Amino acid sequence: MIKNQIPAIWAGYKEQFNLTEICICFSLQLRLRTSVNPTKQDIRERRLNRHVSRSHIPSIKMLSEGGSFFKGMFLGGLFCIAISLLINFTTETKSDEHHHHHVKAASKDELKRLSDDQIKELSNQVRVYCVIMVQPKILVYWATAMDTWSKHCDKSVFYTSESSKALEAVDLNEKDDWARLRKALKHAYDNAGDLQWFFIAQPTTFAIIENLKYLVLTKDPKEPFYLGNAMKSGELEYVSYDSGIVLSYEALRRLVDVFEDEDKCPERGRALWKLSDDKQLAECLKYKGVFAENGEDPHGKGLFNSKSIATLISNSMKENPTNVVEGCCSDMAITFSGMSPNQMQVMMFGVYRLRPYGHDFHDLLEFHPPESSDND
Amino acid sequence: MLRKVRSALVFFSGLVIGFVTLLLVLDWNISTRFSDKLLAIRNERHFLRRTDRGGDVATNTSSRILCWIMTGPKYLDSRTRHIRETWAKRCDITLYMSSFPSAFPTVALNVSEGRQNLYWKTIRAFQYIHEKHLDEADWFLKADDDTFVVVENLRFTLSSFDPEEPLYLGRKFAPFIKQGYMSGGAGYVLSREALRRFVKGFETGACSHFSSIEDMALGKCMEAMQVEAADTRDELGRQTFHPYPLERYVVRKPPRERPWHMIYDVYPVFEGPRCCSDYAVSFHYIHGVQLYELHYMTYHLRPYGYKYRFNPTPPGNSTATTTAVSAAKLKL
Repeated sequence: MIKNQIPAIWAGYKEQFNLTEICICFSLQLRLRTSVNPTKQDIRERRLNRHVSRSHIPSIKMLSEGGSFFKGMFLGGLFCIAISLLINFTTETKSDEHHHHHVKAASKDELKRLSDDQIKELSNQVRVYCVIMVQPKILVYWATAMDTWSKHCDKSVFYTSESSKALEAVDLNEKDDWARLRKALKHAYDNAGDLQWFFIAQPTTFAIIENLKYLVLTKDPKEPFYLGNAMKSGELEYVSYDSGIVLSYEALRRLVDVFEDEDKCPERGRALWKLSDDKQLAECLKYKGVFAENGEDPHGKGLFNSKSIATLISNSMKENPTNVVEGCCSDMAITFSGMSPNQMQVMMFGVYRLRPYGHDFHDLLEFHPPESSDND
Repeated sequence: MLRKVRSALVFFSGLVIGFVTLLLVLDWNISTRFSDKLLAIRNERHFLRRTDRGGDVATNTSSRILCWIMTGPKYLDSRTRHIRETWAKRCDITLYMSSFPSAFPTVALNVSEGRQNLYWKTIRAFQYIHEKHLDEADWFLKADDDTFVVVENLRFTLSSFDPEEPLYLGRKFAPFIKQGYMSGGAGYVLSREALRRFVKGFETGACSHFSSIEDMALGKCMEAMQVEAADTRDELGRQTFHPYPLERYVVRKPPRERPWHMIYDVYPVFEGPRCCSDYAVSFHYIHGVQLYELHYMTYHLRPYGYKYRFNPTPPGNSTATTTAVSAAKLKL
């Protein structure tokens, strides 16, 4: 019985990253060893006592006959399990067909396989609700985001910690960053209408929403997607805040659900474990089986950047001096961070206007410029 | 009694060893998984050269461009090398003019380096080009080693002009010269006929090295040789050649008097998004990181599927289009 369980547990251990199971299998392995490799005395005894059929009797005999060393090892293993359970924060992870870590944009070939009607339907369905978290102390960035990239969202809502006389926003009247983000996301969920994709950013990020739509075009928003620049901190895989966070409708629905649970996803956060907002978000989502995935183009280049174009180019000049631009960033990059407000205005021109005459792309999708806007 | 103590000792040593072994196994497992994941993500960073460029504007025989870049030994590695990596390849012929020959390759003009020799370098460069390459190109662009040029947009701008006409194009400045002269830093273009006349001017003495201010002096020669200073603004009256970086123009500013860097402009200037044409031709004071940045934003980064607002009339030879465009510009 024990023997049959082991292969399954090993397989599970290899696929899933679960301390508990590792401890169990290791200890069980030891236990099995004690029962399948009996001493010579045991064999003699078994021959003498042929009526013995239960597998655990030899092991008990072994233990009682001075196998105190193995007894100790076994108990040591159990002790280890106990400690790991105490420090273990991860819950049962159900195996999900969703458990990959990169999400790639559809390649041109994949899109060509779809009919024109299907593509049209998809591009009408892909609509983004931008959740932009602002504060009066970064008023210039706030104003710049309003004047630049946020105009390309289907709906862009600014959520502020306190109201400002200069600019309009949803005033959440909340100083705590994490509590404010929770309120904003709840508000977004309640006011989503028929928008199925949510993009969360600060105004210090610059985003190209058309490329975001391209990334999620063929992804079903009824599946839980949590995308961006996926990073790892210890065991936790999370999406970095400063390069923008993408949530599908289903992911947001699950998140709003877990907000109700004060144990798993507390509103104020325990003082000892004050995680940054993006890590806190990842923890809460994990409870609902939603995992961070890295957004990439069909060639595997990251689309969400926590750095500015200048920094990335500068790094590329050192690493690939003969292929600076190709080695730097994707043609369909979605976000950059760390630029000044003026540089963001330059980006608007560089992205939405400056281009070489005569290069026509025959894209399979059509996105139109926003109304009453003069810088794109 | 001793036996009990011994067995107890054995028991506890087993306990400790079991605990430590398991801990080591777990730690090892965590670290290998982490590094494996990192490797997997890094290995996927291969990329293909972009092939969906679409059709370029047909390079018909009347729009071959020769680009010459004014440089020197000091800047070959820090500046000119990056120009060679980016936009210089898109010209039909590219020449790098310096005071010394080199394997870059540079053309050695018989002129020393220095700001006071800029006009001498220009004169010698154009004389060299006239001698060696007059029939190989229709348009002759002069650029600095810190100028960024979008050659396709230059082709588009030039497509409404005739290279056999005496024409001289760039960012027109008002002072000193009656018809105006073109900013040196923003880059300027001479038509084939204009090049002939420039060289002839020095042969006949109509033009001379009366000043070391290269752009203004050349403008004087152009005027003397009756070469017309053309208007290179786009259909909506927006500038194409820029003597400063993009940030200097495109950032919104409250209405104010003309800033110092636009005081010389002949045509009405605008600050903010209206400053510059979508099909901008050049920006100056661009080197190193900024050059690659502009290159990335022009040729690579784009919003997928976006229907651009500005769709100018394609280049045609119908006079109807050109008069309509001129009429639109006069209104500005």
